[in-house]
Amino acid sequence: MFINICYFLTAILFILGLKKMSSPTTAAGGIRWAGYGMILATIVTFFHGHISGHESAVTNYILIFLALGIGGGLSWYSGKKVKTTDLPQMIALYNGMGGGAAAAIAAVELLKMGTIKDSLKPAKEAMGEIAKTDIGKQLIEQSQAAIDHAISGEHLTLGLLGAFIGTIAFSGSIIAWAKLDGRMKKTFEIPKQNLFNLGLFIATILFGILSFYTLSPIALFFFFGLALVFGVTVTTPIGGADMPVIISLFNALTGLAVAFEGFVLGNAAMIIAGTVVGSAGSLLTQLMAKAMNRSLANVLFSGFGTEGGEGAHTSETGGEMKAIDAEDVGVMMAYAEQVIIVPGYGMAVAQAQHKVWELSKLLIDRGVDVKFAIHPVAGRMPGHMNVLLAEAGVPYDVIYDMEDINAEFTNSQVALVIGANDVVNPSAKNDPTSDIYGMPILDVEDSDNVIVIKRGRGVGFSGIENPLFFGDKTKMLFGDGQAMAGELIQAIKQL
Amino acid sequence: MVEGITGFTALYIFMLAAFTGYEIISRVPVLLHTPLMSGSNFVHGIVVVGAMIALGSADGFVEQLIGFVAVVLAAGNAAGGYVVTERTLEMFKKSKGGDK
Repeated sequence: MFINICYFLTAILFILGLKKMSSPTTAAGGIRWAGYGMILATIVTFFHGHISGHESAVTNYILIFLALGIGGGLSWYSGKKVKTTDLPQMIALYNGMGGGAAAAIAAVELLKMGTIKDSLKPAKEAMGEIAKTDIGKQLIEQSQAAIDHAISGEHLTLGLLGAFIGTIAFSGSIIAWAKLDGRMKKTFEIPKQNLFNLGLFIATILFGILSFYTLSPIALFFFFGLALVFGVTVTTPIGGADMPVIISLFNALTGLAVAFEGFVLGNAAMIIAGTVVGSAGSLLTQLMAKAMNRSLANVLFSGFGTEGGEGAHTSETGGEMKAIDAEDVGVMMAYAEQVIIVPGYGMAVAQAQHKVWELSKLLIDRGVDVKFAIHPVAGRMPGHMNVLLAEAGVPYDVIYDMEDINAEFTNSQVALVIGANDVVNPSAKNDPTSDIYGMPILDVEDSDNVIVIKRGRGVGFSGIENPLFFGDKTKMLFGDGQAMAGELIQAIKQL
Repeated sequence: MVEGITGFTALYIFMLAAFTGYEIISRVPVLLHTPLMSGSNFVHGIVVVGAMIALGSADGFVEQLIGFVAVVLAAGNAAGGYVVTERTLEMFKKSKGGDK
């Protein structure tokens, strides 16, 4: 009873915490509330009857402490150390761990159910001839009925479903982590990928059904194994640019898996927290997919951004990239009325955000109106660029979302694109053959001058050529983002 | 094995919790999407509770092994989710203070 009251409190703390996290001023308090909830739930679980009443309670207690220490310690350490540019892949990794945990819980519970289902066998053998008498038969039938009642169909179904979803989220998230972390450069696409995945999916379901009826360890083994492979083959063909949507989707899936296993364990806190995350995550996934003007099905099955640029687009645009040096850009910006800075992930990789903010402050002191324009999918996940700019100390009242800033480009003299590529690619508007056609972009070409700071002439993260770089108004400032921002600062200081 | 939550009760909980999640997120600025994703990632770290129960009630080596893995992974989910969320939110606080 006491434990359930604590779980109830935890669920309330989680919901209020998430609610507080939806506003910038109360967000920091929100995560703390959720944190208290988690600590409360963890502590009271030590007193759970299933654990304290178990025959090997001492061993299991030791194992629990050990496992909590190892898992918690490693993640705490890695979470503290991770660079802000690498946040998305760490979130993917932690999320995958949650999915794996849900799947592992399912495995334990399903194995237990299997043991219970078979528990009459030894009794039947011991009874020998008696089992064949009327009383014996009745006894066995009644016992089996009681057992089957304990293993209810709904528990089995949700347990298996949660196991399936959790396992996919686990292996898929690890692939997502490897891709974002640059450990897996290529996108693998085997021939007839979708057909192969469909076959794998059906095979997994079949073993799931077999597990449902027999609960045999072998069927369960294949069920989990195939689900693991399925998570991998579903994720590998998805291009890097779509990873945020996928991470968000796996986040929602893990939530669902947790909710289902919560049902199996009869744990309301897990059901509520898991379902809240599942639905919130689904909504977030949709918002992200919408920002890229693509449906979720399209993201999952089209293998976007798998080939490195088609090259044909380069010749169509015809022009040459026009280089410019930092002094000229400095003059241009210093005497502008309004400058809009369009940062991309490349800026953060070059660790240029501090210099860019220093540059902006110089311009603001000279009376220039400086604004930051953030595309919904700038960075490696929605909101990622906001985090990166916040780290550099950029106040959020100079940061604008795409809808708010797009009309402003016509009033600005300079649009400074630093480390961004696809989000300013006009192909998305006027080239129906382009992979990103239809994605809303920042209209940098409406401003008088477009300056692009770029390390080299190559294509961006998604591997698509960008005609903007060849445009009439565009000048290229080639070099490392941080170095170039530094040169711009010098140039403006000397004016 | 399980007491209390069955059938339609569970369905009602699912439904209400799903609406709650949807309502909470629907009016969140893009600014907070990353911490929110990380935060919801932390919240499903509640799986640690289930993992503890699974390990605590495990019989035999195989169940103990799988249960152990479950707790390691779940604790990793919860701890990592919390640290990352707190760090990102900490940055927002800082940048707000720097606004002059």
